[in-house]
Amino acid sequence: MQFGIFGVGDVAVDPTTGRQDTEYDRIKAVLEYAESAEQVGLDVFAIGEHHNPPFMPSSPTTLLGHVAARTNRIVLSTSTTLITTNDPVKIAEDYAMLQHVADGRVDLMMGRGNTGPVYPWFGKDIRDGIALAVENYALLRRLWREDAVDWEGRFRTPLRSFTSTPRPLDGIPPFVWHGSIRSPEIAEQAAYYGDGFFQNNVLWPKEHVQRMVGLYRSRYEHHGHGPADQAIVGLGAQLFMRANSQDAIREFRPYFDHSPAWGNGPSLEETTARTALLVGSPQQVVERVLEFREHAEGDYQRQLFAVDALGLPRGTVLQQIEMLGEVVQVLRKEFEVGRPARVPEAPTHASLKAARESRP
Amino acid sequence: MTRRLIAVVSAGLRQPSSTLLLAERLTAATRAALERLGAEVDVESVELRDHGHHLLNNMITGYPSEKLRRVLDTVARADGLIAVTPTFSASYSGLFKMFFDVLDEGVLEDKPVLMAATGGTARHSLVLDHEMRPLFSYLRAAVLTTGVFAAPEDWGSGQASAVSLARRTERAAGELAREVNRRDTPVVEDPYMSPTPFEDLLAGG
Repeated sequence: MQFGIFGVGDVAVDPTTGRQDTEYDRIKAVLEYAESAEQVGLDVFAIGEHHNPPFMPSSPTTLLGHVAARTNRIVLSTSTTLITTNDPVKIAEDYAMLQHVADGRVDLMMGRGNTGPVYPWFGKDIRDGIALAVENYALLRRLWREDAVDWEGRFRTPLRSFTSTPRPLDGIPPFVWHGSIRSPEIAEQAAYYGDGFFQNNVLWPKEHVQRMVGLYRSRYEHHGHGPADQAIVGLGAQLFMRANSQDAIREFRPYFDHSPAWGNGPSLEETTARTALLVGSPQQVVERVLEFREHAEGDYQRQLFAVDALGLPRGTVLQQIEMLGEVVQVLRKEFEVGRPARVPEAPTHASLKAARESRP
Repeated sequence: MTRRLIAVVSAGLRQPSSTLLLAERLTAATRAALERLGAEVDVESVELRDHGHHLLNNMITGYPSEKLRRVLDTVARADGLIAVTPTFSASYSGLFKMFFDVLDEGVLEDKPVLMAATGGTARHSLVLDHEMRPLFSYLRAAVLTTGVFAAPEDWGSGQASAVSLARRTERAAGELAREVNRRDTPVVEDPYMSPTPFEDLLAGG
C-alpha cells in the first residue's frame, strides 16, 4: 500500500489572515513539501497540471525534476497530467526524460482538465474531451513501447517512423493511473489497458466512488487482466489534523467555508460525513481511512492526501505532513490485517523490471 | 395488471399553495384515468420547497444529497411526470428550473410530461407554451399538447371558470394516462453497469 500527498498548487488567499503567497513562494513551498514527504516516510508525491490562475503547476515535469534531485526514494507522480490538451508526443518525451533523471521513480496520472477554456487555449474542443483522452493515450502507449511509430489519427498530424526520445528507462514505460470523478469511459479505459484507476474520493460521496471503482474492477476482470480484486485502485482524501478533533474542526472551518469547491454548500460536518474530507484527530483519521476499503470495494493500492490547499500557511502544511508520517505508520500495519496475499501492490519501476526479468 | 408510477413535482412555496392544490387535482384525475385504463397507480409527490437547500448544494458540489438522490431516481423511474410551477417574472420559478438542471441527463427522454402552472393573473398563461414547453422539448420529454394554467378566478370566483379548470384538468389527465398506457415502463440505464466497450471508444464511438 502506497501513501502520499497530492495537490494542484492553488495560489489562494488565507481567509484567516488575508495573506496570499506569491507564485514564487508557492512553488518553493511545494518543493519543500515534497522533500518533507520523503523525510517522514511517505511513498508518493504528486502534483497537478493546470493552465489557469489560481493554479501554478503548469509544468509538472520541471517541478518533479527538481524534486528528483532533492530526494532519493519517493515516487514522483502527477495529479493530473492532461492527456487531452497536451501533445502525446511531448508527454512521451517529457516523462521518459523525467524517468531517467529520477532513476525510474516516476508514474503519472492521466486526467482531462478542470476548466472549459483550457481546451480552446490549446487548440482543442471540449466536446472531444473523451475522444481526445482515448486517442492521445493510445498513441502515447505506442510511443513508449515501439521504437518507430507510424501513426494517423483525428487530433494530431500523422507520424512516420517517429521515435520519441529518450526511450523509457530500461525499456519500461512509466506506470499510468487514470483519474476520473465521474466518466465511466475513463474507468473503462483504465480497465482495458490494465492500468491503475484513481478516484478522488473527496469530491463525490462514498456511494458514487463505489460505483466508479466497481465498474473499473469488473471491467478489469472482463478485459482479462486478472480477478477484479487484483485491479489497481487509488483513492484521494483531504486532510486536516490536530491532536484534539475540536481544534482541527475549528481551525479548518474558515478554509472550508471560503473554498471554491465547498463554500456555501453543505456544511463541513455534512461533507466530512459523506466524502473523504478528513478533519479531526489522528486517531479519527486512521479510523476513517481504514473504512475506505468500503469505498474501494476491497483492498487497494494507493492513498493520496491533499494537505496543501486553500491558502493554508506553510508552517501548518509542514505540520500536517509530519503528523501524516506518524498516521501512515499506523495505517500501514492496519491495512496489512486481513489483506489477501493475492492483492498486488501498486506497480513501480523496480517491480515492473523484476517482473519482466522473471519472465522466461 | 400493469403497475404505473406517476411522479409529481410541484414548486409552490406557500402553505397552503395553489400550485400544490393544482398538482393534487391533476394527480387525482390522472390516477382515475389510468385506473379506467386498467392500471394500478403509484404516486410519488415531490414538493421542491422541501429540497431547496439540497438543490443549491447539488449546484455547488456537483452531486446530490441522499434525500435528493432518491427524488431524482423516482423521476427517472416514473412512467409519467406531472410538473407544476408558480409563475415568477413571466416564467417558471428558479427552484423549478434548478430541479430540472440537476436531473440526470436524458431521464425525461420520451417520458410523458403534463405541465401545469399557476399565476396571479390569467394573462400569465403563456408561461406554459413560451417557457415550459421549450424547456421540456429541450429535455426531449414527450410533453403533452394540453397544459393546465390556473389563475385566481379558476378556483371559484365564477361558475364558468371553475367548470373550465375541471374540464382542462380532465383533458390533460386523460392525455397523460393514454400516453403512459401506450408505453413500456422506462428502463433506467445505469452507465456504471453498462459502459461503452473500449473497442468502440477507440473506434470513435
